[in-house]
Amino acid sequence: MLSLREVSVRYDGSPALTDVSLDLPDGQVLAVLGPSGSGKSTLLRAVAGLEQSTGTIAWDDRDLTGVPTHKRGFALMFQDGQLFGHLTVAANVGYPLRLRHVPRPRRRERVAELLALVGLAGYERRLPGTLSGGERQRVALARALAVEPRLLLLDEPLSALDAGLRGRLAADLRAILVAAGTTALLVTHDQEEAYAVADRLAVVRAGRLVQEGPVAQVWQRPADPETALFLGYARVLEGAPAAAVLAAAGVGHAGPATVAVRRSALVLAEDGPLSGVVAQARATPDQVRLVVDVDGVGEMDAVAGSAAHPGPGEKVRLRADQDRLSILS
Amino acid sequence: MERRHLPLGGRLRGPVTLLALAAVPVAVLAVFFVLPVVGMVGRGFRPEGHWDVGGVLDVLARPQVHRVLWFTVWTSTAATAVTLVLGLPAAYVLHRLTVPLRRVVRAALLVPFVLPTVVVGVAFRQLFTGPLARLHVDGTPWAILAGLVFFNAAVVVRAVGAAWESLDPRPGEAAAALGASPGTVFRTVTLPALRPAIVGAGSVVFLFCATSFGVVLTLGGLRYASVETEIYLLTTNLLDLQGAAALSLLQLLVVVALLLIGARTRPMRTSTQRAPARPRRPRRGDLPQLAVTVLLLAFVALPLATLLIGSLQVDGHWSLANYRALDSTGSHQALLEPATTALNLSLRIAVDATLLALTLGLLVALSVTRRARTRGERRLRGILDALFMLPLGVSAVTLGFGFLVTLDRPPLDLRDSPWLVPIAQALVALPLVVRTLVPALLGIDDRQRQAAASLGAGPWRAVLVVDVPVLWRPLLASAGFAFAASLGEFGATSFLARDENATLPVVIYRLLGHPGAMNYGMALAASCVLAATTAVVMLVVERLRVPSLGVL
Repeated sequence: MLSLREVSVRYDGSPALTDVSLDLPDGQVLAVLGPSGSGKSTLLRAVAGLEQSTGTIAWDDRDLTGVPTHKRGFALMFQDGQLFGHLTVAANVGYPLRLRHVPRPRRRERVAELLALVGLAGYERRLPGTLSGGERQRVALARALAVEPRLLLLDEPLSALDAGLRGRLAADLRAILVAAGTTALLVTHDQEEAYAVADRLAVVRAGRLVQEGPVAQVWQRPADPETALFLGYARVLEGAPAAAVLAAAGVGHAGPATVAVRRSALVLAEDGPLSGVVAQARATPDQVRLVVDVDGVGEMDAVAGSAAHPGPGEKVRLRADQDRLSILS
Repeated sequence: MERRHLPLGGRLRGPVTLLALAAVPVAVLAVFFVLPVVGMVGRGFRPEGHWDVGGVLDVLARPQVHRVLWFTVWTSTAATAVTLVLGLPAAYVLHRLTVPLRRVVRAALLVPFVLPTVVVGVAFRQLFTGPLARLHVDGTPWAILAGLVFFNAAVVVRAVGAAWESLDPRPGEAAAALGASPGTVFRTVTLPALRPAIVGAGSVVFLFCATSFGVVLTLGGLRYASVETEIYLLTTNLLDLQGAAALSLLQLLVVVALLLIGARTRPMRTSTQRAPARPRRPRRGDLPQLAVTVLLLAFVALPLATLLIGSLQVDGHWSLANYRALDSTGSHQALLEPATTALNLSLRIAVDATLLALTLGLLVALSVTRRARTRGERRLRGILDALFMLPLGVSAVTLGFGFLVTLDRPPLDLRDSPWLVPIAQALVALPLVVRTLVPALLGIDDRQRQAAASLGAGPWRAVLVVDVPVLWRPLLASAGFAFAASLGEFGATSFLARDENATLPVVIYRLLGHPGAMNYGMALAASCVLAATTAVVMLVVERLRVPSLGVL
């Protein structure tokens, strides 16, 4: 189990990471989510031993302070793979095995296994320069797994890829990590990637850990408005508008509330409790996305089934879906 | 008519325009480099107006020539090896670690490289006859070896250091995270990535060692001769032009071969964004490298300190008399003009040579960095690039003597022209200028110019907006290099400068050749003045933070 206690990192005197404490149980995948410049990569590098940090980073209650990177038994996979360009795919994947003096026949066997695991069987003789971005990431993953690391550190493993490939590879990554039973720490700015791969979620902002917990829990109960907006909630309401939306969703709440609302929380419904005037409408393949000026609430996002075609200026009625909003306080 | 807003480089198309841009430098190189060298070599092949190839080949069979060749090869190889062994740890320490006075140390290590070779010779003689006389090194090949290493350490530190500095640290970190110890990371990741830079620096150092003139002449005397000094002795003392021509030709072939190897291994530039490596604080594991760096620093500082102390002493007492004597002509009429006049002349010639080298170098750099659209154009560009590197390795002695034998009759009678020496020095400095400007020009993303054009900037405007801000620093830096190189140039100048208008390095050599404590003291003082001048120029260059010499 990885545990961090009040870990801080400073770059040239300015804090990059401040008092981060968290635990990662064995076999789980933790996604550290944060906007760029939030210090999430610094956290990863501190765990890897690539940054000088204060506080305690421990594995199974053994303090890792002063243990150099190569003796931590963690594998690190970079955003762009960092394959060794002068080595073949097989030599790249076999690199950590060679360091551990694994005999050649066993090494060859293991490399083949790992390449098959990442879906690149038969790629042994290729050079990294001849691979596509997705293939390079798979090789990098195979190389990292070859270590049989007690902890796999992934730095934005899919960010360098295009959207379609990212979705497919995220699912593959999850399957591979589960199949290998690997404990992993993943750093990303993309919530979709985090949801697709991780069991637990940690949100980092401005060098501080804002929230940490199982993915569903973090997702349903963001710690504060900023976190909610970062996690993909469309708007955060307070005061009367918040009360109106809560009432429409049939949620009872005493006193003033702060409510985070997803884009799809308001749905077009003829018998809905809310009324408003359509300001914008845009059809997408699955649904129609609306911006509605809701009476007593203000401008809100809403969706309609693709069969409905409300135009701007049209009066509509809306219902609120209580699963798609979150009471922050 | 549609006006095409394309930058200068994009507007001029095809090999014709490539040649047009390179026409002036090519013409200058043809007249002042190819012609003299060919003339000099030709004179050896046709001693009495008819071809005598057999005579030249006979030269190569002489035992003395074999001795000279063997001496050149082994000293150059040994000096290159020692330079690499000392230079690599220093390159690491000075480019990857945060050590105090990093910039000053870097500039200090660069000084020997531009120090006049004669001064290097004087400094080591002073060291080996003074404080280190007990080692009995003076007059042995070891002294020459020490001088060559001293002279070339900067090349390794700069070239490999620049590559090391721009090396992406992440592959190394990835390897460390996979379980590689620092030593294994160095062996399996860092070294392969640095290999082109190391091979490149090594071949350049070998080249410099093999064609070194001043160091070998002042430290080796008449006992030990390299190919370069042998050419000098054959032409000036023995008037054996055939022998000199044969050696020149041999040297030319070796230089071309080495330059080709250098061009092959020159690091390829990729435009991908790299994570900049932040220099880190030294750890305990860096102690060996730090120790070597200190050793190298001492090795560089010791001769210079000895030189300085020697120049400040007369008969064992502290005195400025040696410096005061610089406005005299020395004892026993060693000189025709006072040394101060020579310094004055040196500075004036250096300014002229610098302007010439900069103009030519800029034209060359612009033409060899133009985007080549066809294979023929690319090949032409490659040939031009290699052509302008030739003066780097061709014997300055050959060049100087070639000037004398070919530019002495109409239409080009330049024997008495004040431009003769500046032109020769500009040619020697040209490769340094080109090698400093080319990386800067290559570093400019062509899309920047395209972006400027798309925003409505005309060709000149685009150059002003995109190229000039990037180029002015390297331009100033290369001016500094050219100035320093010209100030210290000795090989060609020793042929071309007359007694009544000698430059300072020539004056120093002449003072050394004349007996008398006063002459020797004056030589030391003049060396210090010359060293200080070049050191100041180098400090200014270092402040410009241009990765100069990085891709020689």
